[in-house]
Amino acid sequence: MDKQHKARLDADFSDLYRAHLRDVYSYAYYRVGNHHDAEDLTEQTFLQAYRHFERAQAESDGRPLRPWLIRIAHNLAANLYRDRSRRPQTPIDDTTVLSAMHTTEDLVEGRDELARIIEAIKELPEERREALIMRFALGMDNREIARAMGKTDGATKVLLHRAIKQLQGLVMTS
Amino acid sequence: MSQPAQSADFETMLRLALHPVDPPETLKARVESRLQELTDAAVDELDAWEIGAMRDPRNWVRPVVASAVGVTAGTALVVLRVRAERKKRAAASSDPLDLLRRTVKAAAGEARKLARRD
Repeated sequence: MDKQHKARLDADFSDLYRAHLRDVYSYAYYRVGNHHDAEDLTEQTFLQAYRHFERAQAESDGRPLRPWLIRIAHNLAANLYRDRSRRPQTPIDDTTVLSAMHTTEDLVEGRDELARIIEAIKELPEERREALIMRFALGMDNREIARAMGKTDGATKVLLHRAIKQLQGLVMTS
Repeated sequence: MSQPAQSADFETMLRLALHPVDPPETLKARVESRLQELTDAAVDELDAWEIGAMRDPRNWVRPVVASAVGVTAGTALVVLRVRAERKKRAAASSDPLDLLRRTVKAAAGEARKLARRD
């Protein structure tokens, strides 16, 4: 690899990093449930992505690399849980999550419902929870989610539909 | 409220519940610093390789093979050209020694032509 090629790769990676730092961090945060692990997971994701970037870029054939990044984060998170042999014990920081809400009185009921949703998400099977995080926290479309999860577009659509239905049921019964 | 409307409301709530989370500034600085270290290390490695490449005999293999292929191809061309003119030389030669002298001279001439062309 010559220096010019290396410089171009680094510039492309820098663009990818800037464009998706928030996506990777959001995914990591909702996946592991606390800021400390989310920071480590985000850092490791980008370091690993940097090592394999040239190949990923060559194989992407011009398609967006966000699903590839999220897949790296997903695999690292799975390793983290395997290493620790436990599910996340620290609950999602509800005050952070709820800070996006307006504070006017007429939204108090809405805040309660958001808290119920957050609690219910934790009850979902891992795959459904991940699909919801990708769709709603990262705004990924079905095709991107399918690529990140190694599924077909059709299977992803069904997965999302079932995840939302199950979550709705959990929220209504809570 | 109808079911599709309820569903749309629920998705709106879901979008609010799972809103994107901004990474802390300290994380940005940490990741960028680590990436910079990796980039610098890679550039240093590249520089060191370029300078040291020809000092390492293991990196001579490719140029030597390339030269050998060139020499072999050139030799084969000279032999082919000299053999093609063999009958003419044999007819013009007075004895086998004269034929050998003419063949060596023809080979030298073909090699010179090839060298001039390169």
